[in-house]
Amino acid sequence: MHELAVTESLLQVVLRHANEGGAGKVVSLSVRIGGLSDLVNEWVQRYFDHLSRGTIAEGAVIRIERIPTTFRCDECGHVFPADPRTREAIRCPLCSSAEMTLATGRECFVQQIEVV
Amino acid sequence: MAEVRLIEVREELLAENRQEAGDIRAELRRHGVFMLNLMSSPGSGKTSLILRAVRALKDSFRIAVIEGDIDAMVDAEKMVREGIPAVQIRTGGACHLDAPMVAAGLKELDLAALDCIIIENVGNLVCPAEFDTGAARRAVILSVPEGDDKPLKYPLIFSVCDLLVINKTDYLEGSDFDVEALRERVHRLNPGIRILSLSCRTGEGVSEWTRWLAGEIEAFRNK
Repeated sequence: MHELAVTESLLQVVLRHANEGGAGKVVSLSVRIGGLSDLVNEWVQRYFDHLSRGTIAEGAVIRIERIPTTFRCDECGHVFPADPRTREAIRCPLCSSAEMTLATGRECFVQQIEVV
Repeated sequence: MAEVRLIEVREELLAENRQEAGDIRAELRRHGVFMLNLMSSPGSGKTSLILRAVRALKDSFRIAVIEGDIDAMVDAEKMVREGIPAVQIRTGGACHLDAPMVAAGLKELDLAALDCIIIENVGNLVCPAEFDTGAARRAVILSVPEGDDKPLKYPLIFSVCDLLVINKTDYLEGSDFDVEALRERVHRLNPGIRILSLSCRTGEGVSEWTRWLAGEIEAFRNK
């Protein structure tokens, strides 16, 4: 359940930016998480609700945007989405190469916060 | 009612951890100490692999171990019996080690008297993958009885490691573990990863592991 540790860090980042921006209250936050992450949205929100009690972020709604996992073909440079959890071999849809590099999927960052 | 306004953050979720990990990396660099973050499921052979390395390399390098495993008291005692410093981190049942925990462990060690630190992370393929500990290299062990489908279920950890050790190869015979399928699944996530097959029990392939570690320690020192 690393959602708890991740959410603690999330709250710290949000509060720091909210305070620096002179906010009185955080209304919402948007977070971008890559497809390879195992974080469960529901638990992040629940832990956040719990941890943020008594802070200016209490009651804030977390919007989690999932960034799809994509690969870049080492041969032709084409970037394509693919599910690394599939048992099937993954091939570049343009040139059929099996040589590829993970392009997106490991992201984990706070995009912006809405404050009043 | 005050107007809602947007503040652009664009900062990593684990920014605080990343900062601390950066500080650790800088300190280890100053002392020329190579640190490896070793991760795996419980029971896949982290302690055995570390003991193999310690026995093979302790005359060449000064090695210490940071124990994060929940039942690490036993593991730490094994290390001390081998004559090497071992620090046990009290994770309080946490599922992973993070940079602040490792920083606390490092305070217990004399960095000026070391060449290499191996972190035995908490046995878990999920959480440790998310947290940078400040180590120079990351390694994951997958043992044959766990099955060749683990990169499909836990892709993140295989995508962030520099080395994959396939352990317990003495169980390969008669099993349906497909080493080639595993290699392909791991390589598509992480083309640069080094993959070694060995058995800590029989010793087959173990010298490849100790050679890899010795090479990394040397390369780090000469950087």
